[in-house]
Amino acid sequence: MINAGDTAFVLIASAMVLLMTPGLAFFYGGMVRRKNVLGVLMQCFIIMCVLGLQWVLFGYSLSFAPGNAFIGSLDWAGLRGVGLEPYADYAATIPHQAFMIFQAMFAVITPALIIGAFAERMKFSAFLVFTLLWAFFVYDPIAHMVWGTGGLFRNLGVLDFAGGTVVHINAGVAALVTALYLGKRKHFPQAVAPHNLPFTVLGAGLLWFGWFGFNAGSALAANGIAVNAFVVTNTAAAAAGLTWALIDWLHNGKPTMFGTVTGAVAGLVAITPAAGFVGVIPAVLIGVGVSIICFLMVTVVKMKFGYDDSLDAFGVHGIGGIFGALATGLFASKALNPAGADGLFNGNPKLFLIQLGAVLFTLVYSLIATFVILKIVDKLIGVRVNEKDEAIGLDLTQHKETAYTVLE
Amino acid sequence: MKLVIAIIQPHKLDDVKKELYQEEVNLITVSEVLGHGRQKGVTEVYRGIKETGNLLRKIRLEIAVNDNFLERTIKAITKGARTGETGDGKIFVLDLSECVRIRTGETGPEAIG
Amino acid sequence: MKLVIAIIQPHKLEDVKKELYQEEVNLLTVSEVLGHGRQKGVTEVYRGIKETGNLLRKIQLEIAVNDNFLERTLKAITKGARTGETGDGKIFVLDLGECVRIRTGETGPEAIG
Repeated sequence: MINAGDTAFVLIASAMVLLMTPGLAFFYGGMVRRKNVLGVLMQCFIIMCVLGLQWVLFGYSLSFAPGNAFIGSLDWAGLRGVGLEPYADYAATIPHQAFMIFQAMFAVITPALIIGAFAERMKFSAFLVFTLLWAFFVYDPIAHMVWGTGGLFRNLGVLDFAGGTVVHINAGVAALVTALYLGKRKHFPQAVAPHNLPFTVLGAGLLWFGWFGFNAGSALAANGIAVNAFVVTNTAAAAAGLTWALIDWLHNGKPTMFGTVTGAVAGLVAITPAAGFVGVIPAVLIGVGVSIICFLMVTVVKMKFGYDDSLDAFGVHGIGGIFGALATGLFASKALNPAGADGLFNGNPKLFLIQLGAVLFTLVYSLIATFVILKIVDKLIGVRVNEKDEAIGLDLTQHKETAYTVLE
Repeated sequence: MKLVIAIIQPHKLDDVKKELYQEEVNLITVSEVLGHGRQKGVTEVYRGIKETGNLLRKIRLEIAVNDNFLERTIKAITKGARTGETGDGKIFVLDLSECVRIRTGETGPEAIG
Repeated sequence: MKLVIAIIQPHKLEDVKKELYQEEVNLLTVSEVLGHGRQKGVTEVYRGIKETGNLLRKIQLEIAVNDNFLERTLKAITKGARTGETGDGKIFVLDLGECVRIRTGETGPEAIG
């Protein structure tokens, strides 16, 4: 039975999630040097086009059509049989295509997150091929395992409300692999000043806004679970942003704008898998905890190991996602959402182990598959721009454009 | 004729302008530059990573003066720009062999004022 | 005393700075300018329309040096900025009549370092 309220809610949520990708483009675009800002914006924007097509032609079918434990099938390729009637296995009160287009936005933003790791040094052609292959061979299978009927983790009872595993751990690990594979930028480890922090703040604001669609929309109905997800999402972001600002204050003497928005985004990442299963106090703890952990990752661990995760895609999304998935295993409450499960702190240690297993599997799978794809793309066209193009910048060398004029 | 080029702290520009106007030096060109002298860079922090920039924001003034105005121009800049700390800046004086007023085509000391 | 003005490619600034620091030339002013020499502009494309800009982004360096530092300064800039292609830039050397350190009021060669 189609419910008008639910359908309207999911369509609006879909549009909000779409807006996260240009939001992410500004979030990342502000952090790079100005000779590379169009390169980053273009990478994010073209994903909306490429994945927007891949999803309706193949991706949705590979992720959600009935298949085996690891991958769907091509039965729904080109949306064959995906119509305007509800498909009760996924969402009983909205047209099947509404569920499909909501999921499309997740498929778009996930590979866009990886951009942060290889910013300022990847060839655009290689980026396109890499992203497309990654969608087919990494995103689609993991989405199927977690959310698809018959999927491995779904059958095991893994809780991932809005994509902490599928989106953030998956992309975060791929980010670490690409950062390591492409190698450091020329100046690393010397920090470069973000060319436009107001862009980054604007992007963070758009992300925070869109995340309500991401998390509350994942209830797939305009109901109490959606409201809970909305409230805890806001709470975790607030706690994490404030925590990072305070850490900055203690550690560097001043609270920084950049740190505060980084914290807020880390909070949004961490609450994502838990949003439908935890209440407001766990959300505060998750927000505080994720900022502390991510701060250590991007200041201490990254520098110690010397990998150039340019914009901290792994440090924030990968680590924040892992923390959130495990925190779900601690704090989840059946009293809050009967469709979920109790976590460790509610007397069910089994859920924590299941969550841990899903995290480890995703981590290993994404790591290996991403590496293989990079290797193939590297052999075919080479993944990294040459030294001179890196020095001149991606805007001019990859796109023949510049973002800013000097005079006039 | 001399061309005076001064590199000063951005926050002292208003003081220097005031001093120059008092000495009736009204013709200046101002640009924003990065400079590097003995002053240590200000430390900025990006996501917890400290970065001590070695190039600092500075203001550059270019002032063309007749010889009899040179001394008071230098005094005015010095008075307006000095804080006593490193990073106050430098003044360079160059010989200016010609000056043309574009509107009229006048040249030489006449054209400067 | 000399004032060295160099126009270089933006992406060579880091290399030039490194060379200058090695020669212990630490005092420089950097500004962003548009330049035009023999080099053909980089072609940019806006909605399918090609535009060959004839003014290109360049970096201008100003460095005040004492006479005995001149040669090594020129060498360092040349070494850091040269790619062998058109557009590498130019170096101009001007006589510097006077130099004032604003903080102390010192003048002449003493004030340059």
